[in-house]
Parts: sequence; C-alpha cells; structure tokens
Amino acid sequence: MTTVGVLALQGDFREHVEVLARLGVEAREVRRADEVDGLDGLIIPGGESTTIGRLAVKYGLVEPIRRFIAAGRPVWGTCAGLIFLARDIGGYDQPLLGVLNVVVERNAFGRQVDSFEVDLSVPALADVTPPEEAERPFRAVFIRAPAVKAVGPGVQVLARLPDGTIVAVRQEHILGTAFHPELTDDTRFHRYFLQMIHAPVGGWRPVTTPTNATRAEE
Amino acid sequence: MAEEKQVATWRVKVGLAQMLKGGVIMDVTSAEEARIAEDAGACAVMALERVPADIRAQGGVARMADPEKILEIMEAVSIPVMAKCRIGHFVEAQVLEALGVDFIDESEVLTPADEEHHIDKHQFKVPFVCGCRNLGEALRRIGEGAAMIRTKGEAGTGNIVEAVRHARAVLGEIRRLQSMRPEELMAEAKKMGAPYELVKEVAETGRLPVVNFAAGGVATPADAALMMQLGVDGIFVGSGIFKSSNPYERAKAIVEATTHYNDPDVIARVSRGLGEAMPGLDVRQLAEAERLATRGW
Repeated sequence: MTTVGVLALQGDFREHVEVLARLGVEAREVRRADEVDGLDGLIIPGGESTTIGRLAVKYGLVEPIRRFIAAGRPVWGTCAGLIFLARDIGGYDQPLLGVLNVVVERNAFGRQVDSFEVDLSVPALADVTPPEEAERPFRAVFIRAPAVKAVGPGVQVLARLPDGTIVAVRQEHILGTAFHPELTDDTRFHRYFLQMIHAPVGGWRPVTTPTNATRAEE
Repeated sequence: MAEEKQVATWRVKVGLAQMLKGGVIMDVTSAEEARIAEDAGACAVMALERVPADIRAQGGVARMADPEKILEIMEAVSIPVMAKCRIGHFVEAQVLEALGVDFIDESEVLTPADEEHHIDKHQFKVPFVCGCRNLGEALRRIGEGAAMIRTKGEAGTGNIVEAVRHARAVLGEIRRLQSMRPEELMAEAKKMGAPYELVKEVAETGRLPVVNFAAGGVATPADAALMMQLGVDGIFVGSGIFKSSNPYERAKAIVEATTHYNDPDVIARVSRGLGEAMPGLDVRQLAEAERLATRGW
C-alpha cells in the first residue's frame, strides 16, 4: 500500500491528510526524522514558511528530506512548501531545502486583503480529468501566496496566471504549487501527485546549491 | 473560462486561518519584539501597544493601538500581522483594514465600544478572529462573519483555567450536538442563541466551520500542549512571553510544544530552565468587573 507523508510541523497538514484519505491513500503525519523512512512520497503543506523551516532544522528533518528527494522519491510543496523547496527566495534569511531550481518571491501578491481565488488552465491535469470535464479549469486559492519569478533548466511550467505569472512547476519528481489544492474539493492535483508516485520519471539530477539563501544545517 | 481574480472570498478568509494552524500567534508591542517572535517560530504576531497584563494593571479605556505602532511592526516581519479593535467599533476595524493588517481581532481585551452589537464582519475584506466562552457564542460570531474563533480564557492572568473551561465548553457542546436527533436541533439553536444553519452544520460535521485557537492565560509550553491535546487548532500567547524572564527561549519552547503536543519527552525537554514564567493571577480573586471574558454578547 502507498503511504504518503505530510510534513506536520505547522500549517494545513490535516487538510492534505483528509484529501489523501478520501482518495484511499494512507497518510502519515511527519514531525520527526525517523518518520520520513518508508514513505512513497512527501507533501509539504501550506503554513508559515519561516516557522516550518525553523522547526525542520531544529528537529533534524532537513537532511533526511533532502536524502529522500535525492533518492528520487516524489515531493510536493504547496505555498509555504513551494518556498521551502526552492533554491532561491531573494533576500529572506530562512532555512530552505534548496532542491527545486526556481526563484520564488514570498508574498508576491501583497498582504491578506490581496489574497484571491482564480480559475487556472492546467493542461498537465488532463490525465486525471475525466473526458467529459476536459474543459474544466482548476479553482486555485492563493493566500499571501508566493510566485515563481524564474525557472532553471529542467523545470517545467505547469500553470500560469492570466498575466503570465508562474504558479505551478515540476522538476522531475518535485512538484510545486503557489496555491492550495487542499482547500478545495477538486482532488486532481493530489491525483496527479499520486501518479508521480506510482510512475516515477527518470532519475535524480542534482541542482545547484542554495546561493544567497541560507543553507539549512542542523 | 472565467479569468477574474476574486478577492476576500469566504474561502480566502478562512484559508489564512487554516495556514496558521498548529502554530503560535504572539502578542508583541514593538518591532524588536516582533522580530524575536518571528525568529522563535511564531506563525503570526498580534500588534499591540500594551499586552493584556499591562492593560489589566493600568486600567482606563483600552483602545486600538496607534497606527504608527502597527505599521512599525508590519515593516519588521514577513509573517502575518494581526491587530485588535474594540468590540462593536467598526471604524477602528476600517482603520485596521486600511493599514493593511492581515487579520483583525475584535477583542474583549479592549474596552467594548458597543454593549449590544458586534461588528458586521462580512462587510470587510480582511478576516476577523473573535473570542468565545461556549459554542453558542462561537456560532454567533461566525454568523456575523468571523473567519476564525479563539477561546477567551482570561487574558493577562497567566492562568490557563478559563481557557480550559471555554475549550471544554465548545468542544463538549459539539459532541453533544452530534448525539442529537435532527428535530432537536432547532430547539437547541434557540437555547444556545445560535444560527440554526450553523448548529445543523456542526451537528453533521462534528466541528466548527472555522479554525479554533486557544487564548487567554497560556504561560508555559505545557499550557500550550494541554490546549492542543484538548482539541484546539493552535495557540495565542499574550502576556505569557514578553512578561517572562527569558522571552526568546520561552517563545521557542512554546512553539515546539505546540508542534509536538503529543510528545511528553519533547515538552519535558523544552520546559527545562526557562526561568520565571509571568506572574500569575488567581481568577477567583478577580472582581466581576475585572473579568475580561464576560465582555461580548
């Protein structure tokens, strides 16, 4: 049976666990390093990226998660999770995994009064969309959300806002969304991630080390 | 395909509260305290002029903080910033929204501006959190548009007893609703003074439709873990951090105890050598007029 871990240090981890349960997948809340062992995939939820990053360092989760990803296991970050995966987030001094070859801007759309929802066209979801709903957009919820400002080699853009802003990316077995599929009833992004777990694509290609962002060390 | 961005939807308002879950929201009164809170792992800060213990000690009318103070704190940190307005004072709330705060606490800690009505929170783009002592009060506030609920506890006392009482009341009443037959719910809604539709929803889902935090009296890591084990989604700490002898270490310890609330080994480790907690007050010694939790209708 497939077991998907959800990093449960802070944020909306229970929302992810509930979607996975609805899809018949066993979910495990991950708070300690030994809980990463044996997982088939890992979701890093929404929340406050500074809080999640600091607790991950404190509890020795950074290296086990990097090893997990280096071994080719799928990982998906939503919002704060995308920030935590990123290689570069500009001037902020906070721990990062640094495995996703993108530049992310935190709070890219402003403060909470600027948070929004919008319909996105996501062609990559075609495989998990029933034919009769082929035209159905994905309702994406952005909460004090980040945006992807630049992508490096090997990173595929999965979705953009109407103005061209990149909001969903994939680099082999690493998935990142600036929005929160776990806050809606649409399970297609979760099913897309589960497909990544059952059918891993290619091997692991190392990316450059974090540069101007703090490298998280125990 | 509709490509219009929609702001300030219910899902977006409740969604920010969902992002705060499992975290600690700390009262701060300066940019420096806000940075200490962020460094210690706070998931948000509450910008104030005085913490509740000082409001209690100094007396007088407690109002919304000076906008200058709130802006200074918003400048200092990247995490969400909340601020308090008086119960029923919808113009203070308009001011806070204009400043761009991320959440407004319509709070009994400040002196109420209206002794019958709370703010119509649906009219605002910014989400609101409100205090409650029981399920009826929680559902009235949600009916008015609160996107997040917290226990009132008894702010500024460093005494967890009232927060425990309020959390047990809310969570116990939810369990009781779940055991009722559908035809009993209307009478129950009348008795609780709560909107019928929300009573029905809670009876069906077994939980509040919004995030529910503990507040009012949290002073130690064990207090935070106690509230989490009772079933709340996260923790507000008011005077408990910056009225203690070692705020940074205590703040970090409370954050860790909130994440690992089911792990006594962690709570034991982080509780060691924190120094003096804030001085506490016996709630039973407070005169009725000194109780903040009775404010709110």
